[in-house]
Amino acid sequence: MRSYLSDRMGAALLMAPLLLFLVLAYAWPFLGVVKWSFTLPTPGLGQYEALLTDDLVQSVFIRTLRIAAVVTVVSVAAAYAITVVWVRGTPAQRLIAEFCILVPFWISVLTRAFGWVALLSNRGLINTWLQAIGFISEPLALVRNEFGVIVGMTHFLIPFAVFPLASAMRSLDDRVLLAARGLGSSRMRTFWTVFVPMTRSGIIGAAMIVFVFSLGFFVTPAILGGGRSVMIAELIYLRIFQSPDWGLGAAISVVLVLFVGALMALLFRYVRPKQLI
Amino acid sequence: MQQPGRAAEIKAIGIGKSFGSFRALDNLSLDIGRGEFLTLLGPSGSGKTTFLMILAGFVQPTEGKLLSDGVDITDRPAEQRAAGMVFQGYALFPHMSVEANIAFPLKVRKKSAADIKRRVGEMIERVGLKGHEKKLPAQLSGGQQQRVALARALVFEPGVLLLDEPFSALDKGLRGQMQAEMKRLHQETGTTFVFVTHDQSEALALSSRVAIFNHGKLLQVGPPDEVYDRPDNRFVAEFLGEINMLPLKGVRPAGNGSTGLCEDRTISMGCKAELVQGDAILAIRPEYMSISGEAADGENGIAATATNSTYLGAATRLDLTTRQGAKVTVSVPNEVAAAALSKGNSVWLTWPAEKGFLLPHGGQ
Repeated sequence: MRSYLSDRMGAALLMAPLLLFLVLAYAWPFLGVVKWSFTLPTPGLGQYEALLTDDLVQSVFIRTLRIAAVVTVVSVAAAYAITVVWVRGTPAQRLIAEFCILVPFWISVLTRAFGWVALLSNRGLINTWLQAIGFISEPLALVRNEFGVIVGMTHFLIPFAVFPLASAMRSLDDRVLLAARGLGSSRMRTFWTVFVPMTRSGIIGAAMIVFVFSLGFFVTPAILGGGRSVMIAELIYLRIFQSPDWGLGAAISVVLVLFVGALMALLFRYVRPKQLI
Repeated sequence: MQQPGRAAEIKAIGIGKSFGSFRALDNLSLDIGRGEFLTLLGPSGSGKTTFLMILAGFVQPTEGKLLSDGVDITDRPAEQRAAGMVFQGYALFPHMSVEANIAFPLKVRKKSAADIKRRVGEMIERVGLKGHEKKLPAQLSGGQQQRVALARALVFEPGVLLLDEPFSALDKGLRGQMQAEMKRLHQETGTTFVFVTHDQSEALALSSRVAIFNHGKLLQVGPPDEVYDRPDNRFVAEFLGEINMLPLKGVRPAGNGSTGLCEDRTISMGCKAELVQGDAILAIRPEYMSISGEAADGENGIAATATNSTYLGAATRLDLTTRQGAKVTVSVPNEVAAAALSKGNSVWLTWPAEKGFLLPHGGQ
């Protein structure tokens, strides 16, 4: 018999390395960032006031929220469709869906971003083909804008939306779906009035994860946005490494961390962490 | 199953179902009468649930035909058959209130809001859920969830109600109460009920007819007293309740019944020896046997020694061994059991001729 206390101590010991790493590598340096936001270039709340008045900062914030919202809706919808096939399809369909979900995980985010550039740029595959079949005469602007950023981010984030959705769909009792059909409901109606509402917790979880990830995206918007569609993480980078305006960069970071923290708190009020895997 | 408010008459002809190499149902033919309460009884894996799923349209039979009121519905999808169905575990919609659950089949049928409100209200009243309309299924007790499931399955007045072990999750007291309620609902609605269970006492108590399944085959169909008192084979005899079996020799017709030799005594039976002659098995339910000091000439009886007793409160269960080693169990009044045990030697087991029946020797 092992006592409750020793179990708890065991768990604490097992988690200690991770906690220590997080404190040393994230929490401690971040406190430094918080300090900068109040001290650079002069002590005071000047940087936070600037956040409220600086047009550039505000437009980047709004763009970031807009892109994150669109990416969330598109990713969750696409992930929902894939997950339905993955969880409820025939064995062959499941295999294909699993392949589509897992392969992106093995390819670096950088490679994927450049892959999209190769597809979407003015002389990329899509524009070349569309021109070749005479569908368009001028290349479409598919990259170096918000559209390109959204495509790249959506592609990256779909697999992350799949897991909470799959968890919700797996825990669903098949008999409830049979019951709906037995009561006269068509497959379509059963899907929309029973299946989708019953996977609500998975949808919320998936949407929160994708939205939070989107807010901090750096590499994909930097490459596919081509400097014209700057998102918040890139703005922080520019303020700190190029301007250099450390105080403002630090203040933006602090606001972003607080915002993400609030969203996570909201997420865990509705969804148990177990359901997200 | 397509005419609301009217009990359906269902005919299954040569239904078979294979899952890969597993034969779940074999050549099943069964007529289910209008408004009857038919129970499908059998151990798990006997094919009874598969047959229910075929009736509901959730499982497609490999061969055979299914007629409802004379119309072939074998290929009709479940949502168009619209049989009321109560699942094991109820399968309520967890995100809908009691009211919305019961209204679901009416909404699907595009009934007017006023009509839905009236019928849902009536149904809630009928199953005794007044005051729980706005609750979610998770806020209800097992018995209440059961009532919602019944209400939801009956509200659109289906021609047939299919029930898949609906009481298996309830405790004993509540089960008895729900059984009585279901019997009442059957009488009130007049709908055809097809009920699946593995509980033989539930089957005997509720049904107008019982269909007994084993290994994918329908073994016998009949009213409860008929299948209990005159089972066609050993499986049915044993599945429906405890039974004593004694080897019988030289079985032959005699008068309106038959006779045979059991442990050197001549035994008479009320049933005819049509199929079984020569060696056979004599089967008698424990409650039809009594214990006495002596068996009169011409009376059915064999000598046995009591070996063990179990006190059951109202009666005592007595285990006995006959002279040739056959084991017999009887249920007798407590003082009779005590007397039989204290004697320590032979007592006589007797029974009325019409209560013994013949089963073929060996096999099923």
